Amino acid sequence: MAKNGEKLFIKGNEAISRGAIAAGLKCYFGYPITPQNDIPEYMSAELPKVGGEFVQAESEVAAANMLIGAAAAGSRCMTSSSSPGVSLKQEAISYLAGSQLPAVIVNMNRGGPGLGDIGPSQGDYFQATKGGGHGDYRTLVLAPGTCQECYDLVIEAFDLAFKYRNPVMILGDAIVGQMKEPVITREVKDHDAAEGKEWRIEGAKDRDHRIIKSLFLTEGSLAGHNQALQAKYDEMAKNTKQELFETEDAELIVVAYGSIGRIVKSTVRKLRAQGHKVGLFRPITLYPFPSEELNKLAKQGKKFLTIEHNLGQMVEDVRLSIRTITDSDFFGFMPGNLPTPDDFEEPILKSLGGK
Amino acid sequence: MSEQEILAFDRADAIVDVPTHYCPGCQHGVAHRLAGELLSEMGLTEDTLLVTSIGCSVFLYNYLNVDSVEAPHGRAPAVATGVKRARTDKFVLSYQGDGDLASIGMAEIMHIANRGEKVSIIFVNNTVYGMTGGQMAPTTMEGQKTTTSPNGRDPMKEGQAIRMAEIIASLGGTAYSARVALNNVKNIRKAKKAMKKAFEVQQKGLGFGFIELLATCPTNWRMTPIQANERVESEMIPYFPLGVYKDVTAED
Repeated sequence: MAKNGEKLFIKGNEAISRGAIAAGLKCYFGYPITPQNDIPEYMSAELPKVGGEFVQAESEVAAANMLIGAAAAGSRCMTSSSSPGVSLKQEAISYLAGSQLPAVIVNMNRGGPGLGDIGPSQGDYFQATKGGGHGDYRTLVLAPGTCQECYDLVIEAFDLAFKYRNPVMILGDAIVGQMKEPVITREVKDHDAAEGKEWRIEGAKDRDHRIIKSLFLTEGSLAGHNQALQAKYDEMAKNTKQELFETEDAELIVVAYGSIGRIVKSTVRKLRAQGHKVGLFRPITLYPFPSEELNKLAKQGKKFLTIEHNLGQMVEDVRLSIRTITDSDFFGFMPGNLPTPDDFEEPILKSLGGK
Repeated sequence: MSEQEILAFDRADAIVDVPTHYCPGCQHGVAHRLAGELLSEMGLTEDTLLVTSIGCSVFLYNYLNVDSVEAPHGRAPAVATGVKRARTDKFVLSYQGDGDLASIGMAEIMHIANRGEKVSIIFVNNTVYGMTGGQMAPTTMEGQKTTTSPNGRDPMKEGQAIRMAEIIASLGGTAYSARVALNNVKNIRKAKKAMKKAFEVQQKGLGFGFIELLATCPTNWRMTPIQANERVESEMIPYFPLGVYKDVTAED
């Protein structure tokens, strides 16, 4: 079991695994794909020791569908994969959302489309935040930028999954997954054993039988169901998470998330030392997107530059958030390459100096 | 009910007292009833977690008085694995048709059997896709006309009907695999016995239990219920032989 306050020097992938077990993970289902193999490897060795179940599924498809079963039984369950594997999981994620089931899905994003490469990328932003599978639904998405956040956010992901009865995705990449940093562990005492008692399948005794499903054929019933889902998403939007760094007196706000947000922070620090008035807005909740917080900054007259490790995806959400006031520049660092803080200096200075 | 009337039998507690939606002559109702009776007789009703699949049988959750979860097309064995791993103390039952189990879900059924998950799967083989309107199934027989094999299934282009009970029996984690038919009273009685065996191997923790039921689909076969029953006897049983293909309890 996780000790409180233990300081470990571990990879982001291991931090995710340890965080999940600390959060009371009972079932892990996965299939090997680079760059997240540390997670199933860790789970195969460690989860059975705390009474949990590990299954190396026959495919990503099967792994995600095993989540449906374990989640329906009220169990804290998780799968992890990387981009092509996550595409295969999307059908089940749609069913999880439609059936209102809690589960955690980790995507250590690699370069795409197609087989792409195994290097870091943020090319799955649209897939993660806009649904990904079929139908009207959303997945709650959290993007860690440090190994400590890998640990902390996976714990939070389980709480949110059960609070909203909705799939929650951790969206990382090969940078945060493969780098090592000090991580302080914590005990999670309050994951309630009674979680899900009012809806989970556990055997019908002294009550009517329960049916967990996403099929609504009677006229009007799907509309009602989808309205209830939307109300849930609206509720989620009230609690977004974001990091604001040096934004107060900044003229230019750089919006970047995950590993890229972390790297941009170094650039901002360096430019600040040189006297440039730049700041960082790092969304941690990618869905719901922290639009209101960003809008507040726009009202203060800030300029914006969105930096992503892709061809331009989150920039659409940034623009939607500030559209009535201003616009955002965009700088896309090509997937398949590993950026350093220096790579972002020029685009930031250009946006700062521009109109 | 007047005082003179005497019930010949009671409805099993695992069966919900509602009319089913199936077509006349369809044998899903018979299969549901056998499953429900067994759950009641074996005292499993309150401990059963049911996984329903896609196709005509998806509404099984309305007819069995047990907690249930619905699986995507073909994935019921994966969903059942998740349920069983989360609740190893429960009885897990799943129910799939031939398109669901032997076509889109072929990978999942192979691997649940091979892993020897302690669950029971009832497989209804009526050689056709029912709910979607009579298209060719992996179990459609040579020469059989369907809406997507209008000239009859051609084995040179479309392959031959897959025999699942034999394939499942060949996998390491299978504790019981049998094929039975629902076309007459004698066979229905045998079917119930076989289903009971499949349930028992799960209860004993011996491995995966699989029951293939040969059943009718008069609507999509364009037959009367009587003709459909005759087809089971004259065409299906010769190609899909009835019998027990694996029973680890018999090897003791």
